[in-house]
Amino acid sequence: MRHLLDFQGWTRGQVENILDTAKVMAEVLERPVKKVPALQGFTVATVFFEPSTRTRISFELAARRMSADVVSFTAQTSSLQKGESYKDTLLTLEAMGIDAYILRADSAGVPHQATRWVKGAVINGGDGRRAHPTQALLDAYTLLEALNTLEGKKIAIVGDILHSRVARSNVELLPLLGAEVWAAGPPTLLPQSLPGARLTPHLEEALEEADAVMVLRLQKERMEAGLIHLQDYIAHYQVTEKRLRKAKPHAFLLHPGPMNRDIELEGTLADSERSLVNRQVRNGLAVRMAVLYHLLVGREG
Amino acid sequence: MRFKAELLNAEEMRRALHRIAHEIVEANKGVEGLALVGIHTRGIPLAERIARYIREFEGKEVPVGMLDITLYRDDLSEIGIRPQVRQTRIPFDITGKALVLVDDVLYTGRTARAALDALMDLGRPRRIYLAVLVDRGHRELPIRADFVGKNVPTAKNEVVKVKLEEVDGEDRVELWEKEGA
Repeated sequence: MRHLLDFQGWTRGQVENILDTAKVMAEVLERPVKKVPALQGFTVATVFFEPSTRTRISFELAARRMSADVVSFTAQTSSLQKGESYKDTLLTLEAMGIDAYILRADSAGVPHQATRWVKGAVINGGDGRRAHPTQALLDAYTLLEALNTLEGKKIAIVGDILHSRVARSNVELLPLLGAEVWAAGPPTLLPQSLPGARLTPHLEEALEEADAVMVLRLQKERMEAGLIHLQDYIAHYQVTEKRLRKAKPHAFLLHPGPMNRDIELEGTLADSERSLVNRQVRNGLAVRMAVLYHLLVGREG
Repeated sequence: MRFKAELLNAEEMRRALHRIAHEIVEANKGVEGLALVGIHTRGIPLAERIARYIREFEGKEVPVGMLDITLYRDDLSEIGIRPQVRQTRIPFDITGKALVLVDDVLYTGRTARAALDALMDLGRPRRIYLAVLVDRGHRELPIRADFVGKNVPTAKNEVVKVKLEEVDGEDRVELWEKEGA
């Protein structure tokens, strides 16, 4: 594996290998000295053409925990403002000897393009509505921690499926580990088809006997575009205590954040013991350490 | 590779480990504050065996931990294989303890160095000993073992293979020669 762009062509063994390494990294994070020298001498750049808080900080901390040097690029304070292209920005960084790029962009395909411009490893930190593979890996890790296995488990993803890179990456990844994935949302926010998932506009159908429910953030711009009315969404798609009774008795709740409390999810549920939200954030660090390690140290050729 | 010689059979291995167990207790003047840490992969069953022997003749339990040093290696680019990272599990506080690091073969000393770095990140042991089943020489670092099962002068084109019942189904140490080297 040279880059992490999405899960096209991935095998179950490759995924399990990363998740096994993440377990080791989680143990490192429990130590008094939460740092190992594994990536000493490597330089990692977080290149965020689109704003982000948790993904960028999580990656930066992951790289630092592995003793890599980290440089951080954000579009708002860069020469992009003077008209520099993505390509030239990356070539400039490449000339400075970067070993791995974590790229986030609002348009799909930028990380793929970047692999043609730079020699370093490229990790997709989220591109448009296409993919967010490390989020899916941390979701899978968190689900495995809670459920022990994903074999035969029903996972429901709820919300704006159409525009969600988190949903898309999870739908690619979770079936590789044996999960049955359902995706539910308003008809205006459901794609025509999504290989790997069963699509339904009926929330109850997706929640029925679910082992875990992944709630997506409802984005304001979708409401402004007229794709959905807030009160309608809350009335039909908000994941509530009552609706969750359809799911298995201790079905777990996930959310990639940031969360709109009492919109996509009943606020009390977010703080309940079923919620894995904080564990997702914590596990994100271990998973990203594992990804960096595999791409930089385990690199072939 | 060409087989050259058997360095230790099962009985010789048992005796060597038995002797190491006695030497450890003697050096530490008992088992007070003593703990063993096996280095993945074969150091772990070796540490467990030494702990068992100590229990047999001292009647006291010595804790055993397992250490993976992959994240501390300085030679990953040279070994040229995809490194497999494994769990480190040390279920006791190492601070103030007399630790015995246990490994199957001592060669360049780089594994032992990485293990020392890893241990220092986990706490502050009172002292650290190194016990190995075979010392084959060719050190690249100023590191020596405190307890050695067998010293074997080897050539650089030779390979020492330690086989253990728990991992390989038999107890035996063999010397092989790389062909064409």
